[in-house]
Amino acid sequence: MGEMEELRKEAENLKDQITEARKVVQDATLPEVAAGTAVVGRVQLKTRKTLRGHLAKIYAMHWGADTKLCVSASQDGKLIVWDTLTTNKVNAIPLKSSWVMTCAYAPSGNLVACGGLDNMCSIYNLKGKDGNVKVMRELAAHTGYLSCCRFLSDSEIITSSGDCTCVLWDIETGTQKTIFAGHMGDCMSLAVSPDFKTFISGACDFTAKLWDIREATCRQTFSGHESDINAIGFFPNGNAVITGSDDATCKLYDLRADQELITYQDSSIMCGVTSLAPSLSGRLLLAGYDDFNVNIWDTLKGERVGVLAGHDNRVSCIGVSSDGMACCTGSWDSFLKIWN
Amino acid sequence: MSNNNASSNLVVAQRAVKQLRLEASLRRIKVSTAAADLKNFCLQNAQKDPLLMGVPSSDNPFRPPKSCTLF
Repeated sequence: MGEMEELRKEAENLKDQITEARKVVQDATLPEVAAGTAVVGRVQLKTRKTLRGHLAKIYAMHWGADTKLCVSASQDGKLIVWDTLTTNKVNAIPLKSSWVMTCAYAPSGNLVACGGLDNMCSIYNLKGKDGNVKVMRELAAHTGYLSCCRFLSDSEIITSSGDCTCVLWDIETGTQKTIFAGHMGDCMSLAVSPDFKTFISGACDFTAKLWDIREATCRQTFSGHESDINAIGFFPNGNAVITGSDDATCKLYDLRADQELITYQDSSIMCGVTSLAPSLSGRLLLAGYDDFNVNIWDTLKGERVGVLAGHDNRVSCIGVSSDGMACCTGSWDSFLKIWN
Repeated sequence: MSNNNASSNLVVAQRAVKQLRLEASLRRIKVSTAAADLKNFCLQNAQKDPLLMGVPSSDNPFRPPKSCTLF
């Protein structure tokens, strides 16, 4: 009892120390530093392609590294690999469980993964010998839904779950290599750093955490959001993290200054952020919202510079291809749209 | 029963303090430096950012150039 009280006090002291240490380095704000930079001007993107074929809500999409193919997951129980240039379906993979919440494309292009309310991450081999796409592995150990997954390579994948943990898996053996525990709420989203050494997770405890993959430790925790974090991504140089939340805002946290630098918000926006993706240079932030729109933000100045209106229901997922050439949005209206 | 709860609460609290000690020991850089680096990255890569600069239809793989045929 005495020890609990001591630990509680020490925790409070440490939290105060962290707050103080962050204040000490707060000698400027991002908008101040960017004040002399030219404004972006209105960004108007047009729908170039509409990918039709899913029969129910689309929950997730992920671009392949080749910048032409992408994979999408829908609660119609299908994973579809699309050629975004021709709008042809390269693969239509029927899933054992239709309650899918996430999908991912391996950097090699050989594998895709998905998972959801089945609590599992299923890995599919697109390049099987006989041409059929089959389940290669079923990664089962999470005790909650699979909210997100991202491949490190053909042999390793990281998953986030409603059981409040993230896990690094060995795909070959189907076993958990590392369990990243620390969040106090469902983990909703994850993103891997450009150098593949760290990853970030956003959770229903309103925080984002930076994890060292090989050391298996949590290096930093970022607070400030007033509700669940649904979406998370790295700024392209790997030095900052962008989060999107049910509190209707997105925030940019710098990893080296260990604090929030700016909030992307507008009093007219009152619905949750579902998804986000930065443009190639990081200057634009594209974020999907519950109100069926995508808002485009100037990341340095914090101003809204564009809107993508084209879906008839919630935008559930968004991604920018690795060459920055196009943005893909997926919606509960069952369509994916390619914009640039 | 209550002993188990008490000892597991203790373990959770000890872990939380250990994690906070780790996070408190971080070396932080000045916001002005961090912000300047982000700004510079944006500016240095702006010309290569198709969504920012716009894509001429001739270079847009998602938009085949319109051709005009005269009979």
